[in-house]
Amino acid sequence: MLRLNVNGKVRELSDDEASTPLLWVLRDALGLTGTKFGCGVSICGACTVLLDGEPIRSCSMPASAASGRDVTTIEGLASEDGELTQVQQAWIDLDVAQCGYCQTGQIMGATALLQSNPKPSDDEIDAAMAGNICRCGTYLRIRKAIKQAAGNMGESA
Amino acid sequence: MSSSILARGIPSRSPAEGSRYAAMEAVFDAIAHPAQVPGPRLAKFSRRRFMQATGIAGGGLMLGFVLKAKPAHATPTTLQPNAFLRIDADGILLYAKNPEIGQGVKTSLPMIIAEELDAAWDDVVVRQAPIDGAAFGPQFAGGSMSVPMNWDTLRQAGAAARTMLVAAAARRLRVPPAELSTRDSFVVHAASGKRIAYQDLASAAAKFPVPDASALKLKDRRHYRLLGTRVTGVDNDALVRGQPLFGVDQAVPGMKYAVYQKCPAVGGGVSSFNRDAIAKVPGVRDVFALEGNGKFAELLPGIAIVADSTWAAIRAKRELKVEWNLDQASKDSWSDSARKAETLRHVSGEKRVVDDGDVDTAFADADTTLDAYYTYRFVSHAQLEPQNCTAWWRDGAVELWAPTQTPDSGIKAVAGVLGIDPSKVTVHQTRIGGGFGRRLYNDFMTEAAAISKRYGGPVKLQWTREDDMSHDLFRAGGFHQLRGSLDAEGRVSGWRDRFITFTHGNGRPVSGGDMSRGVFPTGLLANCRIEQTELEWKTPCGAWRAPGSNVFGFVVQGFLHELAVAAGRDHLEVLLEVLGEPRWMEEGNIRALHTGRAADVVKLAAKKAGWGRKMPKGRGLGLAFYFSHAGHFAEVADVSVDANRKITVHNVTVAADVGPIINLSGAENQVEGSVVDGLSTMLGLSVTFEEGVVQQSNFDSYPMLRMPHTPNVDIHFIDSDYQPTGLGEPALPPLAPAVCNAIYAATGERIRTLPISLEGYSV
Repeated sequence: MLRLNVNGKVRELSDDEASTPLLWVLRDALGLTGTKFGCGVSICGACTVLLDGEPIRSCSMPASAASGRDVTTIEGLASEDGELTQVQQAWIDLDVAQCGYCQTGQIMGATALLQSNPKPSDDEIDAAMAGNICRCGTYLRIRKAIKQAAGNMGESA
Repeated sequence: MSSSILARGIPSRSPAEGSRYAAMEAVFDAIAHPAQVPGPRLAKFSRRRFMQATGIAGGGLMLGFVLKAKPAHATPTTLQPNAFLRIDADGILLYAKNPEIGQGVKTSLPMIIAEELDAAWDDVVVRQAPIDGAAFGPQFAGGSMSVPMNWDTLRQAGAAARTMLVAAAARRLRVPPAELSTRDSFVVHAASGKRIAYQDLASAAAKFPVPDASALKLKDRRHYRLLGTRVTGVDNDALVRGQPLFGVDQAVPGMKYAVYQKCPAVGGGVSSFNRDAIAKVPGVRDVFALEGNGKFAELLPGIAIVADSTWAAIRAKRELKVEWNLDQASKDSWSDSARKAETLRHVSGEKRVVDDGDVDTAFADADTTLDAYYTYRFVSHAQLEPQNCTAWWRDGAVELWAPTQTPDSGIKAVAGVLGIDPSKVTVHQTRIGGGFGRRLYNDFMTEAAAISKRYGGPVKLQWTREDDMSHDLFRAGGFHQLRGSLDAEGRVSGWRDRFITFTHGNGRPVSGGDMSRGVFPTGLLANCRIEQTELEWKTPCGAWRAPGSNVFGFVVQGFLHELAVAAGRDHLEVLLEVLGEPRWMEEGNIRALHTGRAADVVKLAAKKAGWGRKMPKGRGLGLAFYFSHAGHFAEVADVSVDANRKITVHNVTVAADVGPIINLSGAENQVEGSVVDGLSTMLGLSVTFEEGVVQQSNFDSYPMLRMPHTPNVDIHFIDSDYQPTGLGEPALPPLAPAVCNAIYAATGERIRTLPISLEGYSV
């Protein structure tokens, strides 16, 4: 039995799923489709989730590697009563998304960044987010939203 | 929804409107040129077909009919004067009619209704409309047409409901309608201070006749309260919570997961494959070959695997061993084509698609002539959501959940492939993870439908990134041998573009490969010739964001700069001189180039960017203008180049005239995105082919721009009084020439090849 702790809930899966990438376990077996498939080889970032708080590319990590650890997906960010995080709220306030497909990965990456570095500089934001492709080109807004979430607005541009 | 049409009171179409719609149809035709390969065609919207498709009675105005379509589920207590809105005791619901691909129409189109309705935006709920052409008119995302094609219809839809609400309030308050006004979802009687909420009036308002479109008084735009403001996207809350919105997120009971392997060289068929081995892979439910219908944008031959999960299907696909029949397969080769072009560029082209004045005499009389050879590669759409579709065949009918830009065409294609009547095909619109033109073509729909039918149950078809990159309908590469001349005063006196493009052997150039439709500087110079030669090409090509313009802009705006440099003159001055006196290039066509609007955006971009200021060594400003999709855009790029040809794009100043802005946030987002897309593509994106096989497979070999290299974008919209036009495309074409002209200004090195990584440049 494979046991995953996803968004605070223990989920039990067949051992047959051990080698399945975490992405597909989340999407197909657990119905958590907020995490997206983009490239399948860890270079676009659409599938980013948090594993014990660290951002990982779920398309390339077998589910077994997450066994016994805390997995946080986009569905697990808001509080139980639906209150959004600062990052999620900034994404709405600044109307970041165009097509929106990559934004799950961007939001998860931004969430991880601000947890480890609550006041990142522009260069630190760029470095942390460089693994996430936005095909629509919303990078300027993503950077702004991260700064707003960090309470950094108005400081170094 | 019912398709019944009440034709009474529909005003006849004015000549100007006729010309306008003819132009729109031409634009739609240009963008949605189907695969342009033998066989497959999207519906070609000739005027007659257009009218039939939208149910217009002879001479009637399209808008009128749509607004008269009576919704089937209207109840006596629901105010629903047309398909676009319903108001009842529960609130105000607006329908977003067209596919949302990231261009923002799920927000901007309902905003137009809400403005005329005088509904408070916070009171409004927006829902994606079902596919119903009789009720909603054409439903597609292409050609930057959603706003211009629906501008009048949606304003009238909102105004009709507001008129009925005012009538109901007048009766209730026993005052003349003229004493009433509307604001923020209330009818207000200023004299008495009484206010009645729309929801409380809906039932009474529903009893009034729906006013004729001709009788509606639309707002003067100076009184707009919502349009032109920044509104966050209606799906943003669901998006940040990760709720299922996209095609790839759909699920139906009992659904299985499918993948489909096609021949890497388009046109190849299946000779044999290791069927038994695949059937034994854990999780695999079924594996079978499909023959295809011989149409590139519909169903190509391949092998379908149906499994219990996406991963089981992908894993099994990796074990496939296929012997392909390559008799009919593409042998396309980029290097062969480049060699052919190298020869052809020295001789006259096959066709003269433009031949104004006397170019030969202009060259003979010239003070200076200049020759240059510009080339660019094929590129992929690379929308981030890989192609997918959920299909459920049962009882002789099929239901699809499809991220398609052209649901109507998808229905026809699916019906054709399955051999059923289109009425047996139901398509649900999903949110779409990027379009860029790729999803004008519905191969993923026909594949999913055919697999579901053969398997006998619901399936979700998932393409991998590698499937997506190898089976795109690519933006074609091309070659341009240019000659330009200057007279003794340094004015451009002649222009010849010897264009070498591709054809799928049907007598027409591929999508984006036709310079006959008024490409800059056609019509602006007395002596201008465009020759066109079309090389045979089998791999399908398709519409890619701003088709044609996305590469022609690079070529013609770069070469014009070359001529300005050769003349020893300021680029800005030469560009304005070529544009000349303010005039429409096509009288009566409000979607045509207007040289005055063009000059205004050029001057504004130059002013805002500080054109002419002294730049540090290794840093320069580059200017470019382009007109496409009825949008006038000028851009100035500020670029540094170091000794290793590493460039930094510091800033891009954009000036645009697309008429009044609907959603300022969405509009700015489209421009920012177009700048990034343009920069990403010109820097390092290239698809090459050998023996018909695409040589790139994923983002490692197709490196898209990332956050650290994103320039600042400074946007200025001219708030003109013209009709609003679309923004999904026209901001992109000027970017590449602006950056290349800036690199010249910084270094004196001219770039004539895209992507510029081929010339050793990087970021």
